[in-house]
Amino acid sequence: MNVQSDFVRSLPGDPAALSVQPSRLRRWHIDVPLLFLLVIVAAFGLIVLYSASGKDMGRVLRQLIYLGISFTGLFVIAQFQVKTLKSLAPLGYTFGIVLLILVAWIGDGAKGAQRWLDIFGLIRFQPSELMKIAVPLTVAWYLADVVLPPKAQYLAVGLIIAVLPSLFIVMQPDLGTSLLIASSGLFALWLAGIRWRFLLGGAFLAIASAWPAWKFLLHDYQRSRIMTLFNPESDRLGAGWNIIQSKTAIGSGGFDGKGWLNGTQSHLDFLPESHTDFIIAVLAEEFGFIGVLFLLIMYLLIIIRGAQISLLAKNTFGRLAAGSITLTFFVYVLVNMGMVSGMLPVVGVPLPMVSYGGTAMVTMFASFGVLMAISTEGVNR
Amino acid sequence: MKRHTAIKDSHSELRLYRQRMTLSLIIVTLLLGVLAYRYAALQLFQYEKFVTQSERNRVHVQAVAPKRGLIFDRNGVLLADNQPSYSLVVVKERVENLDETLTDLQQLFDIDNKSIEKFRKRLLRRTPYQSVPLKFRLTEDEISRFAVNRYKLSGVEIKAQLVRNYPEAKAFTHAVGYVGRINSSDQEDLDRLEFNKVNYAATDHIGKIGIERFYESILHGEVGSQHVETNAHGRVLRVLQQENPVPGQDLVLYLDAGLQKRAAELMTDKRGSIVAIDPRTGGILAMVSTPSYDANPFVTGISTNEYTKLRESKDLPLFNRSLQGQYSPGSTIKPIIGLAGLHHRVISASSNVSDPGWYQLPNDDRLYRDWKKGGHAHFINLHDALMQSCNTFFYDLAFKLGVDRIHEFSGQFGLGSRTGIDSTNERPGLLPSREWKKATKRQPWFPGETLNIGIGQGYMLATPLQLAVATATIANRGERPIPRLVQPSDGIRNKVLERQAIMQASRKDLLFTGKEDGSSTKSSAEKFISSLANNIDSRFERFDLSENHWDQVIDGMVAVVHDPRKGTARAISKGMTYRMAGKSGTAQVIGIAQDAEYDEDAITERQRDDALFIAFAPVENPSIAVVVIVENTGGGSSVAAPIARQVIDWAVEAEKERGQKEKPKKENIQQIQAQNNNQLQAGIKKNSGEQADVGLSNIGQNNIQTAISLAESYERPI
Repeated sequence: MNVQSDFVRSLPGDPAALSVQPSRLRRWHIDVPLLFLLVIVAAFGLIVLYSASGKDMGRVLRQLIYLGISFTGLFVIAQFQVKTLKSLAPLGYTFGIVLLILVAWIGDGAKGAQRWLDIFGLIRFQPSELMKIAVPLTVAWYLADVVLPPKAQYLAVGLIIAVLPSLFIVMQPDLGTSLLIASSGLFALWLAGIRWRFLLGGAFLAIASAWPAWKFLLHDYQRSRIMTLFNPESDRLGAGWNIIQSKTAIGSGGFDGKGWLNGTQSHLDFLPESHTDFIIAVLAEEFGFIGVLFLLIMYLLIIIRGAQISLLAKNTFGRLAAGSITLTFFVYVLVNMGMVSGMLPVVGVPLPMVSYGGTAMVTMFASFGVLMAISTEGVNR
Repeated sequence: MKRHTAIKDSHSELRLYRQRMTLSLIIVTLLLGVLAYRYAALQLFQYEKFVTQSERNRVHVQAVAPKRGLIFDRNGVLLADNQPSYSLVVVKERVENLDETLTDLQQLFDIDNKSIEKFRKRLLRRTPYQSVPLKFRLTEDEISRFAVNRYKLSGVEIKAQLVRNYPEAKAFTHAVGYVGRINSSDQEDLDRLEFNKVNYAATDHIGKIGIERFYESILHGEVGSQHVETNAHGRVLRVLQQENPVPGQDLVLYLDAGLQKRAAELMTDKRGSIVAIDPRTGGILAMVSTPSYDANPFVTGISTNEYTKLRESKDLPLFNRSLQGQYSPGSTIKPIIGLAGLHHRVISASSNVSDPGWYQLPNDDRLYRDWKKGGHAHFINLHDALMQSCNTFFYDLAFKLGVDRIHEFSGQFGLGSRTGIDSTNERPGLLPSREWKKATKRQPWFPGETLNIGIGQGYMLATPLQLAVATATIANRGERPIPRLVQPSDGIRNKVLERQAIMQASRKDLLFTGKEDGSSTKSSAEKFISSLANNIDSRFERFDLSENHWDQVIDGMVAVVHDPRKGTARAISKGMTYRMAGKSGTAQVIGIAQDAEYDEDAITERQRDDALFIAFAPVENPSIAVVVIVENTGGGSSVAAPIARQVIDWAVEAEKERGQKEKPKKENIQQIQAQNNNQLQAGIKKNSGEQADVGLSNIGQNNIQTAISLAESYERPI
């Protein structure tokens, strides 16, 4: 395997190879542009959260603590060698699968879903969070040593690695997370360059299996969420309530918003989950289209930086891992902002770095840590 | 793993990766563009729509209930006021487990299963986040019990509202009536007028019976409105803009609370009625029907058990005997028959009739007996016949008059038709005639029936109120008053005019839109207002008789009380400081239906004669006319007359006092009105003080009306 990295190092256009002296932060395996963007979005998120939580300073402080933990986690993971991460990926994946089986078996129901695993009654741990990182890395690990584009049999194995955890998670039931995890693996396959005929065949299969999945796989509440999407007015006070209220919040924000802390929809409780999944509606109501556009541009810059890192990666593993993490991040943004604005069904997906909540944020930052490790591979202190 | 069969080509892999990543970035940018477009569509292109919607979410126009007018007696004694009352309400959306919570509440507050059932029915009609009442009129004790346990009762709250209160409870119920919760038939009635539909948007209670019902349009007031900011749970956070409701008009009655209570006291443990009327104005001074009941439970909804007990009681406490009870007037009719005889020149003052103790029609074997065996005297004239209540004389007189003349003449005293009092459920009594008998019984009139009418028996029936009006007519010598409970005032007059105009306009609208077709669907409000419009001020129906005839009959009635030897009610004249004219009556109770269950004691008790007494005083310048009817005790002069004397004693004394100090009552009433307001304010302030404990957190306003109506109506946008 070292053969490979030696080979990559000699590729033309590698700035790391050309730069004489890496900056101090870079020597600590910090990708400065990415960190800069993350800090800006997180800070903006805190400002929105203060309003969305009804001026609850306690909640903002807790979020700050989560952010602290997240940045620490990011920093720690960034220190890992990429090859270490590569060898850890399949271990983490296997561990995750074991945990998922345990959850299915003895899982602790929280909010009607068996997502949490109580470890020794102390820490409540969500195995699917582990899988958010383990799946893209493991697919990348697997494909790294395969001749790309992968042949059918390798593709099949990669597919299984990508989809297997989702099957457990969708049964918990957590449709949103399972789709995100599956897509993170699928992105690695896509970036590895699977052939178009497989892609088209897969798309056809997906469409063909949509009806049975709708009929047998989805829970009633998931079906109703999708149905409500198409006609929210049909159930104004029930399932349609959330969508109508969040659209009202967004729309009433107008071009420049109602002003910070002046959003009526969120402050008068019309907006459900205003500080978690639906926080973009608060942002849109108070900061208007300007605010939304600013956030979208920030996200786009993060994605571009992620893509850049992946393109500059020194090996196939790093490339595929960084690429799929970046695209998965985009899917988070798309699904969350799409569902709150009534374009997509309501699945429980938080807005990255803005929504309140510790676990998802730590995971998100951990994956950025992986990005940074890849970005600064080979830099020595 | 042995899968390195092919050789990896890093250059081509990187090229492939670049292609895929570039394609991905293009798609990502496009999709982010779609997102941006979506938000632009909502925020820029549909901004107007959503900003309106969010305003509509936030700001609600709510109806604010007006304060109901108070009811005072003539001296400013409060008979009906509004008190803050607390109800236990449940917001289903905020309850975790409804069944469990209800079981807890049932134990805590001693709620029976019927109430729970009713609550569940109410639950079906509510809108989301609307609070539904479970128990009304919480006691202080229950409120504190709630405060202690509220931590485990999420979704349960205590709500304050102004509720009608009758401080005097039983004695005034039949006179004043009561309000109750608006039910579906009330709502239907209100909906007939567009005006009322809106005007009652925030109102929970409506007059059900008596003055409360008859004067509903006057007492209710006009609804106000306010723009409030509410949160998603319908909780009002602040009032943005307010148009105050117009409080209802207060009413001052002719009723004298002292006299009313005295009369009720005299009727304790008796069944019957007392009606006292001021002949000069037609104002009702006292109107008692016993047994009575406390109207307060009816305001918030009486329990089924309690109501069944009242409804099924043999003593008929719910029955307003003064207006609805139709009694045989017995001998109390004799003054009128006597007047008819004089007027139609059938008899004169000196006409004598032989009285052997019975009377016989020509060509008829049947003996019509006098109540006194052997008769009153060999020959008897009108004066003595009245004084001694001689039946034989009046049999003869009635026969000579004939039914037609009796019918026509008695009608002038208001018998046989409703008096037109400003209250509800009045019944017309019965003044029989040939036509009536033909129509209802399909039989010709028999002469013997005329004789029975002559002594106030047979088909003839009259309500106590009718007899009181007839007595006042005698006292007034031919001026029959339309009886009134409520004193006229400019406030009422204006309100009536205003309402008439509104109703006409509203009616025209209906006609114009073709929704309704006119009078057949008149709402009760319209009926009462038009009846009121003609009768706000004292009004009399006049007829002329010779003064001499009045003198003779009234002299006879004076002798009933004051003749020391032969007057039937001479016992009551002892120590009397004024002169009274009266007439006793002891009426046979006829036609009691045979109960399915034969209970000898009860039936014989209920078949005993009714005791009646009519009187007015002072004879020279009458200020009160009274009717006393006591059921099934017999002895008009021994049971009813002493009661009448006591009532008149009290009234004459009060009249004397009133003459001494003129008109302090206006001030008194104003003072009470102010007091009542203060008291309410204090009550509510106390409430908001307890907010933290009791959970009335949504009524922190200074303006009590706002607070109260907020509390009671916040889920009801107009």
